[in-house]
Amino acid sequence: MSLESPLGRVRGLGTAKEGTGHFWHQRLTAIALVPLTFLFVIVMFAFFGADHARAVELMGNPLVATVMLLFLLTGFYHMKLGMQVVIEDYISHEGAKIALLLCVTLGTVALATASVFALLKLALGS
Amino acid sequence: MTQHERSHDRPQGRLHARPMSPHLEIYKPQLTSVLSIIHRGTGVGLAVGTLFITWWLVAAALGPGPYETTRELYGSWIGQLVLFGFSVCLFYHLCNGVRHLFWDIGWLLEIEDVYRSGWVMLCASGVLTFIAWFIGLSL
Repeated sequence: MSLESPLGRVRGLGTAKEGTGHFWHQRLTAIALVPLTFLFVIVMFAFFGADHARAVELMGNPLVATVMLLFLLTGFYHMKLGMQVVIEDYISHEGAKIALLLCVTLGTVALATASVFALLKLALGS
Repeated sequence: MTQHERSHDRPQGRLHARPMSPHLEIYKPQLTSVLSIIHRGTGVGLAVGTLFITWWLVAAALGPGPYETTRELYGSWIGQLVLFGFSVCLFYHLCNGVRHLFWDIGWLLEIEDVYRSGWVMLCASGVLTFIAWFIGLSL
């Protein structure tokens, strides 16, 4: 038996609009990011002092590319989830909140797409 | 001076002269609350930092010219300063993130453990930052 009022049911799941999924995905990406962050830092060391030719060579290495892709995609998702919570916490004006959430979500997708494409272009060569 | 509350029954938001209890002005800062807000702050800082990672990747994909320009910029003193700030945020958020994950399992929730783990976490993030820069600058 739902404890929600009819209006509550119509409007969706309370203030945050979701709960368990967000919480779990945030933890899941966090766990993945522990080893991935260390690997990312190590990969960055490899890129120190590398000229463009060396950078192409490095990114073409499947291990390097995989670490970078996983770190970026997991990181961007973790970032989107985190920023969502921050915005929901501090912005009470409904219009501003939705606008900022849109910016963060769409912005994250745009950055992720640009990063992945650039990485693949570098790795696969052209 | 009394603070004013925004009325939530009118979405357009009109200020009503309603007194509010002081909170941030009088609550004593403690390790718990300070480390918590810094975790949030570093998270937002890292989010901004990802722009620089994407920029670097896109520059590399555009070719040797843009890549070298970006490398020079990142190698400049201001670039290194930003990079240092980013690394501090990264290691702090990583170490405190692990502390959060422990809490999620139910570990270290006693107040003594919260304080102890807080100090351990701060040391760990400091050490990791130091090691990273030590290695990085020697390359």
